[in-house]
Amino acid sequence: MTPTTPTATADKTAPGPVPGLLKLPAHIARWATLAGATGVLLSTFLAWTWTAAFPGNLTVDLYPGGLQVLALTGALLTLLFALSAQGVRGLGWLTPGGKHSPVLLLALGTAATTLYSVAAIAQKLGGLVNLEPGGWIAGIASVVLLVGALGLPADTPGDAVRPPTSPHQRLLHSFKAPTPERGPVLPSWAEILIIAAVVGAGLEVFAYGISTPYGELFIGYLLTTGFALAAITRSGLNRRLSAVTARHRNVTVAAAFIAAFIFPLTQTSEAYATLGAYILIFATVALGLNVVVGLAGLLDLGYVAFLGVGAYAAALVSGSPYSTLDVQFPFWAAVLTGIGASLVFGVVIGAPTLRLRGDYLAIVTLGFGEIFRIAMQNMDGTSGPNVTNGPNGIPNIPDLEILGFNLGEEHTILGFELGRFSNYYLLMLIFTGIVVLVFRRSDQSRIGRAWVAIREDETAARAMGINAFRLKLMAFALGATLAGMAGTVQAHVTFTVTPTQYKFVEVVPPNSAFLLAAVILGGMGTVSGPLIGAALLYLIPEKLEFMAEYQLLLFGIALVLLMRFRPEGLVADRRKQLEFHDTGQLDVPKAGLTKAGV
Amino acid sequence: MNHMTTTSTTPATPGPAAGPGGTVLEATGVTMRFGGLTAVRGVDLTVDSGEIVGLIGPNGAGKTTFFNCLTGLYVPTEGTVKYRGTVLPHRSHLVTKAGVARTFQNIRLFANMTVLENVLVGRHTRTKEGLWSALLRGPGFRKAERESEERAMELLEFTGLDTKRDHLARNLAYGEQRKLEIARALASEPGLLLLDEPTAGMNPQETMATQELVRAIRRQGTAVLVIEHDMRFIFNMCDRVAVLVQGEKLVEGSPQVVQSDERVVAAYLGTPFEGEPGESEAAEVRAAEAREAGGTSSSGSGEGKKEGEGK
Repeated sequence: MTPTTPTATADKTAPGPVPGLLKLPAHIARWATLAGATGVLLSTFLAWTWTAAFPGNLTVDLYPGGLQVLALTGALLTLLFALSAQGVRGLGWLTPGGKHSPVLLLALGTAATTLYSVAAIAQKLGGLVNLEPGGWIAGIASVVLLVGALGLPADTPGDAVRPPTSPHQRLLHSFKAPTPERGPVLPSWAEILIIAAVVGAGLEVFAYGISTPYGELFIGYLLTTGFALAAITRSGLNRRLSAVTARHRNVTVAAAFIAAFIFPLTQTSEAYATLGAYILIFATVALGLNVVVGLAGLLDLGYVAFLGVGAYAAALVSGSPYSTLDVQFPFWAAVLTGIGASLVFGVVIGAPTLRLRGDYLAIVTLGFGEIFRIAMQNMDGTSGPNVTNGPNGIPNIPDLEILGFNLGEEHTILGFELGRFSNYYLLMLIFTGIVVLVFRRSDQSRIGRAWVAIREDETAARAMGINAFRLKLMAFALGATLAGMAGTVQAHVTFTVTPTQYKFVEVVPPNSAFLLAAVILGGMGTVSGPLIGAALLYLIPEKLEFMAEYQLLLFGIALVLLMRFRPEGLVADRRKQLEFHDTGQLDVPKAGLTKAGV
Repeated sequence: MNHMTTTSTTPATPGPAAGPGGTVLEATGVTMRFGGLTAVRGVDLTVDSGEIVGLIGPNGAGKTTFFNCLTGLYVPTEGTVKYRGTVLPHRSHLVTKAGVARTFQNIRLFANMTVLENVLVGRHTRTKEGLWSALLRGPGFRKAERESEERAMELLEFTGLDTKRDHLARNLAYGEQRKLEIARALASEPGLLLLDEPTAGMNPQETMATQELVRAIRRQGTAVLVIEHDMRFIFNMCDRVAVLVQGEKLVEGSPQVVQSDERVVAAYLGTPFEGEPGESEAAEVRAAEAREAGGTSSSGSGEGKKEGEGK
């Protein structure tokens, strides 16, 4: 073992650096990592296979395509972080926290993507013979990279009393990274530029994910981005960045919305704008549910019914020839109708049920959600009054026209073609913005604190003067209203409103189970959590058609794993962050609490 | 507590300012039955303005049940509770709004909220900003939030928790959690504070600090009704003490009176009951034990007797 620090030789009793999974000399591990990353990088400029039968065309020298681009990105990042970890001048800012752990994670991501690509080629085309030399180089280089990265010593010294000895412990330990020191405060313009660059990069990554044309590429995308994000967290960049965004909260929010507005302009194909619009509907409803579940702690298993109420209300007044009401409201009036209907429905359901607590509430809301769907199905003229056309639903909902702008037609704005779904995406984005605003503002107020207090301990909250029933009803009705508002747009996007769209569990989101999953997976009580959770839950089944049969099974496994290893969800609420990763009294982040976790 | 000077408490409650001698709390004939069990039977109790009243009694005497009846957590089967002359409603949030705040025997903080947020929740009834105000964020909202936060920080300074404002309540030390519960209750600007065993589980230093805190609260003009098992605390602090035994009020009076009352001593230590084994039976048992265990048993039974007296 080559000692990495002089103190290690000077004092034998001090806990030395813990070796990685493979006990390699540190300098050999470093060179292997660099060599492997360079190898993968160069190999992407060679042909990996001989035929274009494998999607993405990996046959051209000097022109990376498809999965090669992902491998190239991964290798480049690995190389940069590895050089930064070695102390190369000018790159030090990349790794203020962990040095080797981000390299290890990036190496895992790059190697996983590359090896997956090679395996997919061999599997799809029938054997390893279909690999060109470039493919072989990529595979071998990624193995070298993997070995090197697994041999890197860990960033943090091991526990002096019980140092990690077994391979499993050493592997887990090498993922640990120290928290970075507080970063320098840059001039405002520089920090705003940083925010713009990061938001732009985020948009680019998200748009790439949405527009992946085939399943293999999407898997590669998930592998690369998943590991890269974990690596960025370990490197401490994440923490530095959140300190910067906390200083410019409004700029960050504005930048995120501008990026979201730009998204349809970056899309060449209308198909991906469709995905964007559906994701946005799903995400908006999930965020509305987050008020009910995440803040007030009311487990609502029938939430999708409120989306349905809004959608049905809008469909009935949309002027569809199949609507039983022969009226056509302007859009703003239709939205108000949807909001009003779902508000009434929310209060009517909430008033009797919110006197229940916990599990009972969940069961009753589950029942009401189903009752809504079955009632819509039965109001067909034979089982009941003809209001909703029963199982046939209300088809032919006309496109919206706002201020003479028909959302159903294609428009050219500033040289960008905006199709029907892009229009609806942009409309929906305004509603998402409203929901985000409502969520943030109600959270950081007297009402939001009362909700959280009820969630924590209802009896104590009552004793503190909180009218728990009224506050719970308020949360329930607000959640219902937000979902109803989203429903009014959904009715127009999908042309048709049928009862089967609003089941408790279905393969296609949004439905009550997936909405709840998006909130829990993304992170309860946060804004970005449900947005990210909804995007993932929508995209994964959409992109990976081959696993459609096992979708619910895989989904269940993923949820179980997530709850085991990251119970606070992908994005941690500031409170949950402290709850699940308690470090005794040292629980106050240096940057201050009030701004994090949004 | 030297923090007294930092709190600029205006008359705490919306009700009429309590002059000396005014009655704050008046409970008459409070009875609470759970099915066949009568937990509290016909208890009368008054607390005057500026008083500290102690409520003692053996475990299971119905002290906490009585508290719950006062604060609207339970609806008493019979009897009324008046606060400053008006009958208190049987809803705990309305009781708090009227001006009676409480702490809990088993600490019930909002564990995953920060210390500051806990106190801000206590301000709920004294602020009015509703959902619309929160969504629109007018100047009134900002002003109210700022004032609430200032008042909460004053209370945290008062209780000595101001350095912990951003910690999660669950991560505070035990004594600090008790203090935070008091700060949270004080945030509702009560005219009467009900403390349910405020020093339970505390070491002598912490108990002393709590005594100082309770005295400081009284100096602010808040009357205090306290349940406590620590007799030194009760007899040091209280102007009057009421003893509850098996749901009924046994004695009420100054600490000296209560301390010397035979019935109180009997209630705590037990009295001989009819048909208690007499000296002869006891001697028989001792002899039997001695036969079984050899010579060591007599000292053993002596110890057992001592323990019983110690209680």
